[in-house]
Amino acid sequence: MAEKVLMKGNEAIAEAAILAGCRHYFGYPITPQTEIAAYMAKKMPKIGGTFLQAESEIAAINMVYGVSSTGKRVMTSSSSPGISLKSEGLSYLAGADLPALVVNVQRGGPGLGGIQPSQSDYFQATRGAGHGDFRMIVLAPASVQEMAELTVKGFELADEYRMTSLILADGTMGQMMEPVSLDITVKPQPEKPWAVTGTKCARFHNSINSLSLVPEELEKFNSDRYERYAKVEANEAMAEEYMVDDAEVVIAAFGIAARVSKNAVNEARKQGIKAGLIRPITLWPFPKEVFADAAKHAKAFISVELSMGQMIEDVRLSTRCRVPVTLCNRAGGMIPSPEQVLAAIKQANGGEA
Amino acid sequence: MAVVFQKPKALADIPMHYCPGCTHGIIHRLVAEVIDELGIEGKTIGIAPVGCSVMAYNYFTCDMIEAAHGRAPAIATGVKRSDPENHIVFTYQGDGDLASIGMAETVHAAARNENITVIFVNNAIYGMTGGQMAPTSLPGQITQTSPYGRDPKLCGYPIRVCEMLSQLEGPEYLERVTVNSVANIRKAKKAIKKAFQNQIDGKGFSLVEVVSSCPTNWGMTPQAALKWIDDNMIPYYPLGVYKDRTAEQEAAK
Repeated sequence: MAEKVLMKGNEAIAEAAILAGCRHYFGYPITPQTEIAAYMAKKMPKIGGTFLQAESEIAAINMVYGVSSTGKRVMTSSSSPGISLKSEGLSYLAGADLPALVVNVQRGGPGLGGIQPSQSDYFQATRGAGHGDFRMIVLAPASVQEMAELTVKGFELADEYRMTSLILADGTMGQMMEPVSLDITVKPQPEKPWAVTGTKCARFHNSINSLSLVPEELEKFNSDRYERYAKVEANEAMAEEYMVDDAEVVIAAFGIAARVSKNAVNEARKQGIKAGLIRPITLWPFPKEVFADAAKHAKAFISVELSMGQMIEDVRLSTRCRVPVTLCNRAGGMIPSPEQVLAAIKQANGGEA
Repeated sequence: MAVVFQKPKALADIPMHYCPGCTHGIIHRLVAEVIDELGIEGKTIGIAPVGCSVMAYNYFTCDMIEAAHGRAPAIATGVKRSDPENHIVFTYQGDGDLASIGMAETVHAAARNENITVIFVNNAIYGMTGGQMAPTSLPGQITQTSPYGRDPKLCGYPIRVCEMLSQLEGPEYLERVTVNSVANIRKAKKAIKKAFQNQIDGKGFSLVEVVSSCPTNWGMTPQAALKWIDDNMIPYYPLGVYKDRTAEQEAAK
């Protein structure tokens, strides 16, 4: 059994990134993710890497674009308002088919919002991170261990599919401390013949570009990209299922909401209610099949979220509205209690709330 | 027979899209000649802007990147820092790109003395979008979005980039040149070569501002546009070296 160390979620991300071979980090301070930058500022100079505090989130994501263009693993991290600023760069990364790892340790919004945990950037992450047709691989850790593991996985998927992997965490995941094993296997990095590293006067020049003024060509670039996205959807969807096999009431929850919900499921089972939990680990691709299967035997779904209800749309789509889906939520930095979730389970089961 | 004039190797053999009389072609050529003369084509990575020179990524034979509007210095920072020993990095940017939407990226790359070369083409107008007011449009200059002439009371004064950046401790070298005569083109090439040589020598941020023309959107013949540079642009944007740290240090010895 590998040795475990006690780490904050944000630090686990930073350490796992280094483990994955990332030697370039660019960021801008924003609560509640600044520990990632602080960790990188300490560590990178000692291992021959680059830590640079950028003048803005916009500059940081473009520095990421620059390093990624040269084929190296690179990351940035921020929290909700900062991710909005990065959205221009996220679109350009997608348009140029560049891999990158971006971390969003979410806080409540909209606007400046607050600094307490939230999941209200779900739409932004899974639907509209920027202009144009594109997707990001969205990974939702629910423990400090997963913060580390999904960071490594995020780099690998980004390289494999030439797209951005986004870690969609929240303030609790970033701040809480848990024992972590960093004995994580990292796959060898793939070749990147498209990278700009200088032609050495030995090949035709490479160009990293998202401009295409001929509509037929631009359409084809989009179609090719969506073929890749289809492969991601077919191969990479991940979810944890907890007591789902015979469940009549199924909770959908990710991140901290899933941990709260697991307690409520345990309590419901004690009280004789057949409750279960599906925890999407990838929010895009959304684990549709798992939900479609559960909809065959469940009589109700509950989406538990730290938002005004965003993932609930994907739950309804994946269950094809065969069974009712209700929302159990808190917003603005508040977290639902196990009691609140248990009450929602009882109500969905046909009893008194 | 001896060849006395030919296309630089670093310039691709494809037609450019620039308007007749545009000076981008001259400036591209100067950059390419310098790359050839310094023998750095194989390790150079160029970064094209958004604006008229957006398709510069097709015109140079070195590796190229197309940037988001104004972000070239940030991308250049990433490219340079990914392999400082082996990458020679230049950005090629217009006035809207560098001095308006990308001003923060410009100032901070200069303040960090980022070891990159910036070619800043200032023609006092947004050419690609059809001739709107730029951060460098002159007072009184008529453009699509200043149809009664640029009124400083309404929209402020044009920005003198070299003068502004020269106030920073960071940058190594700032010079303003123009390309409206053979003599000036020769001086411009010298400045561009120095800006690349500085990077090779590890000296840091070097920016050459090239005052240029836009006959199409200025509504002039190419010849009249070159004269307009002398009569109107140069008085507001005086040519010369605004910062040369190495020369200053030498002089202080």
